[in-house]
Amino acid sequence: MVDAVQAPKSSVSTSSVWQLVKYALLALLLMFVLLTSLHFVTLRLGIGTESHAAVDFENNSITLNLGSEPPQLDSTRSTDMVSGQVLGHVMEGLIRYGPNNEILPGMATSWEVSELKGTFYLREDAFWSDGTPVTAHDFVFAWQTVLKPETASQYSFILYPLKNAEAIDNEEMAVETLGATALNDYTLQVDLEQPTPYFIKLLAFFTYLPINEEFYNSRERKYGTNAEDLIYNGPFVISKWQHGSRLRLEKNHTYWNKEETLLDAIDFGYILSDPTATINLFATEKIVMAGLQAENIERALANGWPIKEHVDGSVFYLGFNHREERPSSNRNLRKAIQLVCDPEELVYKVLKTPGNRPGESIFPVWLKGVEGLFRDEYPAPKHERNIELAQQYLANALNELGLAEPPRLTFLTGDSEFSTKHAEYYQNLFKQNLGIEVRIDQQTFSQRLAKMTSGDYDIVAAGWGPDYDDVLTFGDLFTSWNLNNRGLFKNDELDRNVQIAQQSSDARTRMEAMDRVQHILYEEAAIIFEYERGSSYVADDRVQGITRRAVGTDPDFTRAYLVKPETE
Amino acid sequence: MTRYVLMRLIQGVITVWFIATATFFVMHNIPGNPLQNEKAVSEQVQKKLEEKYGLDKNVVVQYGIYMWNMIRGDFGLSFKQEERPVNKIIAERFPVSAILGVLAIVIAGMGGVLWGALTALYRNRWPDVVIIILVILGISVPSFVFATVGQLGIVVANRMLGFELLPVAGWGTIWHMLVPALVLGLGTMAFLTRLMRTSMLEIVNADYIRTARSKGVPVAQIFAKHQFRNAILPVVTVLGPSIAAITTGGFVVENVFAIPGLGRTFVEAVQQSDYTVIMGTTVFYGAFLVLMVIVVDLVYALIDPRVRLQ
Repeated sequence: MVDAVQAPKSSVSTSSVWQLVKYALLALLLMFVLLTSLHFVTLRLGIGTESHAAVDFENNSITLNLGSEPPQLDSTRSTDMVSGQVLGHVMEGLIRYGPNNEILPGMATSWEVSELKGTFYLREDAFWSDGTPVTAHDFVFAWQTVLKPETASQYSFILYPLKNAEAIDNEEMAVETLGATALNDYTLQVDLEQPTPYFIKLLAFFTYLPINEEFYNSRERKYGTNAEDLIYNGPFVISKWQHGSRLRLEKNHTYWNKEETLLDAIDFGYILSDPTATINLFATEKIVMAGLQAENIERALANGWPIKEHVDGSVFYLGFNHREERPSSNRNLRKAIQLVCDPEELVYKVLKTPGNRPGESIFPVWLKGVEGLFRDEYPAPKHERNIELAQQYLANALNELGLAEPPRLTFLTGDSEFSTKHAEYYQNLFKQNLGIEVRIDQQTFSQRLAKMTSGDYDIVAAGWGPDYDDVLTFGDLFTSWNLNNRGLFKNDELDRNVQIAQQSSDARTRMEAMDRVQHILYEEAAIIFEYERGSSYVADDRVQGITRRAVGTDPDFTRAYLVKPETE
Repeated sequence: MTRYVLMRLIQGVITVWFIATATFFVMHNIPGNPLQNEKAVSEQVQKKLEEKYGLDKNVVVQYGIYMWNMIRGDFGLSFKQEERPVNKIIAERFPVSAILGVLAIVIAGMGGVLWGALTALYRNRWPDVVIIILVILGISVPSFVFATVGQLGIVVANRMLGFELLPVAGWGTIWHMLVPALVLGLGTMAFLTRLMRTSMLEIVNADYIRTARSKGVPVAQIFAKHQFRNAILPVVTVLGPSIAAITTGGFVVENVFAIPGLGRTFVEAVQQSDYTVIMGTTVFYGAFLVLMVIVVDLVYALIDPRVRLQ
């Protein structure tokens, strides 16, 4: 045997290999010691997820994933959907939504609402989780808190139908002048700034939730930041909140309607945004529900998981920059772009995920109209792709703009993989049919918003989700006074029609005004309707009674219950 | 020695100050700020928000306030996880990343050294060829692929076995750590394997090996005392930067395996422009890395008697 050290090419020294094996064994031993000690350190730190089954029949509980962590749960300052979902399970406003989106009594048992005034009669059997009764003062306090300057609430605008609310928000009046008065512990009187026919529907929104004043003040600025810094009046309470990893809800035994709460616990055992990892958790029965993206659909089909669809309520569109210095302010150019777009092609050939619906209007199909659905009563503008006509519009546009060649446009969009694919589709489409060069500008969320606000774009991929269940939640989006109209579209007729819908109490008048709005937006090509977002998801069949909603708490597990599968 | 350490520490503080200053001004100069939200707010509300968080002041004044607080060890309150101190967020999240990082670096270091030595012993034979192919894979495949494949592997294994061998995601026990740490350390392990192999083969032809052999020292002893120990030195050198890469590069792994670590917190903060959290984590990581590099230099002096610290 020749030594490896002398002649490495010929053969290997067994003794050297043995030496190496000894080292390897030593390393393994060290590894073992290290792992064990790290294990105990981790247990001591107490950070972590307890691994439960997705459906736990013994404890009558379910485990779920939360896409992101609520920044905090102070309802006066919440803005995001996840906070809304959690608050919807642990708090209750004057009203609540039933399984079919009907309005049900919540903290209020009955109410009388006239044009400028509302009186709400609160139930006397409603308590906070610390045992104190929920009273009319809790609502007055919460609403005043929203409008206090130190709260700096970003959703204060949703309170503007209340008398003086806007003036208070602008620090022109004192908070005490707000049009909300507790006549006694269980009677709340509301005065409105102007007739607001949809006011009752706003009351389920989280900014309108009550807050117990004494408790709020006892927590100083920490209200809502931890499980113990909150008290609850909804179907569940937060029993554990481990930042970054877990949020556990348990049945609230002081809730007035606790008979309807069938689950004992909802465990958001994971805080995870990665879609494939979420599916992996579902595949190993760790969570009861998971969203499906295009890349996981085949896997779901292959495993025979039941795929469900849900209209999430939001509408997506391409927004134009209407500032004068931008070529996109030219109507003919916008019309040209509009006419080469085909929402059906986008939905079925580019997006591909089931559940989405080609966009035809700013008003999604589920919105209510006079009696039935708005879109059945007032059909969306007819759209058909017409390349020839588009080119004529383009020629006119170039003429008006004094250009020899089509302008180069900046397409502002998000930084996800989906955004890239989506933007490249339009880049191709505009180049091939109109010869328009598109520069794709991908930005993170907050930078995109900054560029939208400052007007540094021509076209932007945008969307809008509903805040309340009324046509106006979409209808007023492109008025000249709406701050979310970041493209600065201005049309007097549209403004007038929105004012009609805001003030009239006649349903037909309101809906007709909104019908004009959808047609103006199309005729002026103010925006290009793209799609109504739907999502596909997989859900465990052993959990029933889950409500999905376009507006409000979604998904809603407050009435969910477990069903044992039939034994084979 | 003391003087050397002191000098290095002073240099380190200057480096960290530089990192903090650069981050602060770059961060404030990119479009977007933490107070921006999907729904636009009125100018009044925007003003109130800016006042509340001190963003209405001049950037230089803000910088002064921030630095003064930082010197006193206060990183401020998070913008997005409202009212939560950044110090507390780091204190909660860093131990998780550190545990994962330690495990990953130990797996990478020991694995790299052992595989590297093995390939050198079996140079140009099949174990060498197989391992080197794996090394090339390990270096070139990005960690998010390993993370996804690793997780899918757990799913398949659990299903085939019919019981839960390893949890798919989450944090809390030894079983949660194994695959994430392996995935996290894989790239570094591959890199170290190659380094160890080269270094082993270089040393084979060194004079002192020939001398030892001619003295009649047993082969195993030459391997252990002369070849292996000397070959490890370059590995120790790159271990410092590797610790940096691993503890900060945990974002993907933390995200896929739902691990509440600091890497994930940092990336989320960047996406949301959460100024205070970005600053806090950057400065903290900066200080941590500077310290690691100093520690590695000191360790180097212990292993290699030729190195004198001045």
